[in-house]
Amino acid sequence: MATVIFSSELQKLTGEEQTSVKARIYKDIIAELITRYSSLEEENLMKMAIAIDGEIVHNPLLEVIDETSELHFLYRISGG
Amino acid sequence: MSEAREFKYIGQSTIRPDGYDKVTGRAAYGADLTLPGMIWGRILRSPHAHANILSIDTTKAEAHPDVLAVATYADFVELQSKSVAASEGAADVLDLARNCLADDKALYHGHAIAAIAARTERAAKDALSLIEVKYELLPPVMDVEDAMKDDAPVLHADMFTAGYEERPSKASNIAVRTEMKMGDIDAGFAEADVIIEREFRTPTAHQGYIEPHACTVRYDEDGQSMIWCSTQGHFDVRTSTAKVLGMDLGKLKVIASEIGGGFGGKTVVYLEPVALVLSKKSGRPVKMVMERDEVFIATGPTSAAKLRAKIGAKKDGTITACQGWMAYEAGAFKGSPMMPGVMTMFTPYECANVTVEGFDVVVNKSKSAAYRAPGAPQAEYAAEMVVNELAEALGMDPIDLRLKNAAKAGTQTIYGPKLKTVGLVECLEAAKNSPHYQSAIAEGNGRGIAAGFWFNIGGQSSVTVNMNPDGTGTIVEGSPDIGGSRASMQMMAAEVLGIAPSNLNPIIADTETLPYSASTGGSRTTFATGMAVIEASESVVAQVKQRAAAVWNVTAEQVDYADGVASNTAGDDKLTLAEVCKSAEQTGGQISGMANINARGAGPSFAVHICDVFVDQDTGKVDVIRYTAIQDAGKAIHPAYVEGQLQGGAVQGIGWALNEEYIFDENGVMENQGFLDYRIPLASDLPMIETIVVEVPNAFHPYGVRGVGETGIIPPLATVGWAVGKAIDRKVEELPCSPPRVLALIQNG
Repeated sequence: MATVIFSSELQKLTGEEQTSVKARIYKDIIAELITRYSSLEEENLMKMAIAIDGEIVHNPLLEVIDETSELHFLYRISGG
Repeated sequence: MSEAREFKYIGQSTIRPDGYDKVTGRAAYGADLTLPGMIWGRILRSPHAHANILSIDTTKAEAHPDVLAVATYADFVELQSKSVAASEGAADVLDLARNCLADDKALYHGHAIAAIAARTERAAKDALSLIEVKYELLPPVMDVEDAMKDDAPVLHADMFTAGYEERPSKASNIAVRTEMKMGDIDAGFAEADVIIEREFRTPTAHQGYIEPHACTVRYDEDGQSMIWCSTQGHFDVRTSTAKVLGMDLGKLKVIASEIGGGFGGKTVVYLEPVALVLSKKSGRPVKMVMERDEVFIATGPTSAAKLRAKIGAKKDGTITACQGWMAYEAGAFKGSPMMPGVMTMFTPYECANVTVEGFDVVVNKSKSAAYRAPGAPQAEYAAEMVVNELAEALGMDPIDLRLKNAAKAGTQTIYGPKLKTVGLVECLEAAKNSPHYQSAIAEGNGRGIAAGFWFNIGGQSSVTVNMNPDGTGTIVEGSPDIGGSRASMQMMAAEVLGIAPSNLNPIIADTETLPYSASTGGSRTTFATGMAVIEASESVVAQVKQRAAAVWNVTAEQVDYADGVASNTAGDDKLTLAEVCKSAEQTGGQISGMANINARGAGPSFAVHICDVFVDQDTGKVDVIRYTAIQDAGKAIHPAYVEGQLQGGAVQGIGWALNEEYIFDENGVMENQGFLDYRIPLASDLPMIETIVVEVPNAFHPYGVRGVGETGIIPPLATVGWAVGKAIDRKVEELPCSPPRVLALIQNG
């Protein structure tokens, strides 16, 4: 199962440092997290970037997630 | 994934495709478009930093014979608070609209109150005085510390600090509080032998682009509209303007002009929605061009900040704990780059115990906008200064201390993921071995060292590569060229297609010609749009192989392609790219490659800078004697452009460290609204910035590219700040190191 590691900000909403999610596609991971943690909102998660095994990407809804993957939600940088 | 390889075209400093246009004056910038029947728009701006707007009477202005339209906030659609992509992070569309034209409050000196369109520019400017505005003055809040006090005048009655477990009951100027942490900070400091703790301040500073904001727009009777503007992101101009005016995206075409500098400051709309309203109301095309003072008072400088940095280490130099605190001024509306500051502050160092707390605070200044690695220069300035002081306290060379603790592949970051392969160690080693660092420090001079980190980003880019029947091609991309990216696109396409870059013409398409492309910023363009160019070019090669295979009656797998020539591996036949393109009509139609991607895997870029300064002890004037910028580019597609980015970032950072700041009077009115008194470095002020380009390839780009545009502005603040401190034997805790401030340090230290 993929491991989702929560930032210190998200830990305030989930009460946990990390969790495991059994889902093949990224959009299903989002759906599972929202179901599991009532304080998490889809809109807020979708505004964030996601690092999948260290590779940062924006909204990869159809991304196939490996069972051994590690996911981090992080603030979406735009730069200047 | 990139591997070490020899390139045919990549890595050369070719002639830039836009060079002739720019040096002859042919290049068309934001103010250069004139349309038949065009009229001129001007903005009435608040003379007050903080005031309720009691009434706006436009009757007399509308009665003026030369005035054809007047606009106020009431001309925008009714909006709800909602995020829209703009500048660093997501902006709030309601705030965006209220910044373009004030709603019921003037929130900074220069805030747009109303707009006029008239037959001539002079008439528009003169008619502004006919608009009668009644203000109720309010006390301005001009400083982040004052704004955070419990009894501070509140800018927004509906702003309650986000980021606390319980929503506060009292409105505040603190929009957001955030905290990131890892490990055990108390345990980390407990095991330290040396602890350094300092407080710092950085000023409001402007990007200083030479070209003011400008646009020419036309709203047609059927609602189909056009905007020509100077921007880093014309697709985002379309999005923002459409939202503010309630338009469909398909009704709005935006064309990006050539751009005379942006650096992040042109990722936001100011004039475009207003100009379009004036065009709609007058039935005429409208041009609006900011004057220089408007650029200073009414666009988006970067945040002033107050910061605290604390660092602990063992006697052997192992860093055991890092703690940061920062409060960033967002300007009149929420949304400073505080979060990137929190995320980057100590990222150059491997440390298990890190805590950083940050605050986003509104003040009565113009709304901050992105400026080259937004948020990072301020935060990393504070961190790098205490790292230098730590080295001094430990009796260690500052580069050796950094080498001992340098972030590398596998280092856990405070913002979540572990770093992949990065080049900080290589940059530090290059710095240590550089001629500059090996040279002796002249008597009386001071030397400073600092490192810098920036994430770089990927994101959406769209490209087509259209081949002509003679084998030349056009690269159609959607990324405004703010730093030479067209040359790099040309070279990356040439590398894939195996033809000379001069046979490929890169152009920036408008929003109707290509799908969405994200703004040029975040050091993304050579990386992300480059990936799209490569993919589109590879599609062309695939089509060429198919056409050749059809001609030779073989399969495409039996066709090789190299150096612009298709070869039949089952025979002796060969066809050049030009020959295949010439017969394209007969073999199935013209050949064109397309790529619409959401690029991922942007590689961070680290930098290390070295600076020697001399300080005149009688006047406090600082002269930069020697400056070296070392940075990891992954792979320098066009080395001269990469060096230019390193030099440009360094110069902007030096200006920020030495002289640039907004000066306000007691009423919150900016006093230095021009380049005479807002002192950016000139070529005559500085020595040649020496550059060393390090190349640690980014495995996620086909050629190893890392963005380079932003990191270079980060190290100078501490590099120069520390050097000045060494020269005068004082601790520099506030920037800029302007002569009066340095003199005060010398005299009062």
